[in-house]
Amino acid sequence: MSTPSHPETAARRDWISALAKARPERLAALMPDLPAHEMLRAPEIGTIMVQGRISGTGAPFNLGEMTVTRCSVQLAGGAVGHACVQGRDKAHATRAAIADALMQTDIAPRIEAEVLTPLRAEAASTRATRSAKAAATRVEFFTMLRGEDA
Amino acid sequence: MNAILGGGFADPPTQSAHAFRALLEAMARPGRIHEVTGAAPPAPISVAAGVALLTLTDSTTPLHLAGPADSEALRVWIGFHTGAPLVPADEAQFALGHWHDLQPLSRFRIGEPAYPDRSATLIVELDQLESQGARLTGPGIRDEARLSLPEIGAFRSNRALFPLGLDFILTCGSRLAALPRSTIVEDI
Amino acid sequence: MYVAVKGGERAIDAAHAWLAEERRGDPAVPELTVAQIREQMTLAVNRVMAEGSLYDPDLAALAIKQARGDLIEAVFLIRAYRTTLPRFGQSRPVDTAAMAVDRRISATFKDLPGGQVLGPTFDYTHRLLDFALAAEGAPPPAPKAPVRDEPVPHVTALLDRDGLIEDQPTDDTPAPDLTRQPLELPASRALRLQALARADEGFALSLAYSTQRGYGRTHAFVGELRIGRVAVEVDLPELGFAVEIGEIELTECDTVNQFKGSKTEPPQFTRGYGLVMGQSERKAISMSLVDRALRWHELGEDFTGAPAQDEEFVLSHCDNIQATGFLEHIKLPHYVDFQAELELVRRIRREATQIREAAE
Repeated sequence: MSTPSHPETAARRDWISALAKARPERLAALMPDLPAHEMLRAPEIGTIMVQGRISGTGAPFNLGEMTVTRCSVQLAGGAVGHACVQGRDKAHATRAAIADALMQTDIAPRIEAEVLTPLRAEAASTRATRSAKAAATRVEFFTMLRGEDA
Repeated sequence: MNAILGGGFADPPTQSAHAFRALLEAMARPGRIHEVTGAAPPAPISVAAGVALLTLTDSTTPLHLAGPADSEALRVWIGFHTGAPLVPADEAQFALGHWHDLQPLSRFRIGEPAYPDRSATLIVELDQLESQGARLTGPGIRDEARLSLPEIGAFRSNRALFPLGLDFILTCGSRLAALPRSTIVEDI
Repeated sequence: MYVAVKGGERAIDAAHAWLAEERRGDPAVPELTVAQIREQMTLAVNRVMAEGSLYDPDLAALAIKQARGDLIEAVFLIRAYRTTLPRFGQSRPVDTAAMAVDRRISATFKDLPGGQVLGPTFDYTHRLLDFALAAEGAPPPAPKAPVRDEPVPHVTALLDRDGLIEDQPTDDTPAPDLTRQPLELPASRALRLQALARADEGFALSLAYSTQRGYGRTHAFVGELRIGRVAVEVDLPELGFAVEIGEIELTECDTVNQFKGSKTEPPQFTRGYGLVMGQSERKAISMSLVDRALRWHELGEDFTGAPAQDEEFVLSHCDNIQATGFLEHIKLPHYVDFQAELELVRRIRREATQIREAAE
């Protein structure tokens, strides 16, 4: 498997990721009502082994696992949605899978506007806040006057 | 798409525990036939073989599909439900296929003296599975058991490799039995 | 010999009930919530995640509460819980060069692209107890500054350009997994790093310190230490492509070590590597020093008999759950074993006495 180059795949990859990284309570607030759906794979908690690379660039090694919850659903109209989200929140995984399915239907623009756009904006804002605090701790060096003849 | 993505356990914790118990019992009592339920794999794979795949395989157990079992539908089904990587026979920890499609058995790993467990378990699809035919004796069998096997010689050669060798799960419809490498098979 | 002994159930039940009461402490004092531990005891949570080898801050916080703050007991709870979960797969190797850094410092270069970013560090505190914390109250907000949109490359990449440091070319050898295969020696560097990433912080610290004091000296500088968040990307078979499923906080340490060259390698700087879940820089630095010390054979250095160079010693003793399991089991009933020892000592004494009496 490779990183998608196809634009539709890239778009789907982006929304699945935004849904996965959303805070569960935030996603629940943005998507209070869920359409009828059938579980292809009921929400299940498991782990993913996270890998690093030696010195950041070399051979991979196993760093340790993280908890994830996955879920797959099918809507009445036939659209299939998948989710694999960090943590152990089954409602989060279910909502994310339903949102993925809805993004493949006619109401995608509504989900994009009402769910994904706010999630992306909030994620960007959280990231920007942390980066701004980090930037404030960046060291500015001053060259002190050396004891040489002026 | 639903036909392929469906057919997994509806209640994985409970159903996989029951299925695991059935497989464990089958391995512990070679020749005894067990009825299993809960999987609906794509045709032509049997319910029992589907149950074995769902229960025993995951992303860390390389799987080999032999013959008609190596279908697009089954590949997708396995990818979705178990995530088992599909590999050539000599890398497989599990293999699935009809008896004749799995031949020659020498392609599969039989383990190493220090790690006899690094060997393959073959899930063998059979057209019939009855408690008659070859005589089975050995660990887990009180006196003797009878099982309709596709042939005798292959299982006898496998027994001769002990403690190395292959283990077999024999499936037919919703029924399964097992034949670990420790079982002595005779044509009587 | 094993002898079945029954009894003690009532005592055990009572002990558990009392444990629960002691855990709660004085009921007049408000009870800690898991969220409070997660948010305010973050570094303890991080340590439990790293050594428990499972990234889940809520679970780690719960484990700390249940273990009454005994972090090794909490790690034990996390390891036990982990065994109940199916593993769905593995991530692609995380890209630490793309980390959103909270902290990034180098002890080897003052001016470097991306700058020296201190982050929320204890380093420049005076280690004076702050009695203001004994009272409740919100801290003043941390200052913010405009973010410069520039990449933050790894410092070692700078030395790499001049060939002054050993190269670490990308390589996709599948990683061995300590949790699935029994440890075999000699271990690959990837396997050693997995063991060190989940190793006891105290053990790793002491070993690393021993190398600084001369037991397997490697003259380490912290080339770079960075803490921040990286995306975790996973190939999902049902989709047929990779997606980012979350973000985790990591601490990474790349040490630059003096190396005078050997029969096989030219004189250049060599490297040690540390990568740990959560914010845990003491552990990450320790890990990279021990990693480097263990590489003596690969780099053609001498084995001086130092503990930190001894792969079997390090890998067999770095896991605190293995260690505490074996250590603490000796307090559990060994009545029959001890009875046998007692018989043996009595017999030897009897025989010794008889020999002495016969000699007299």
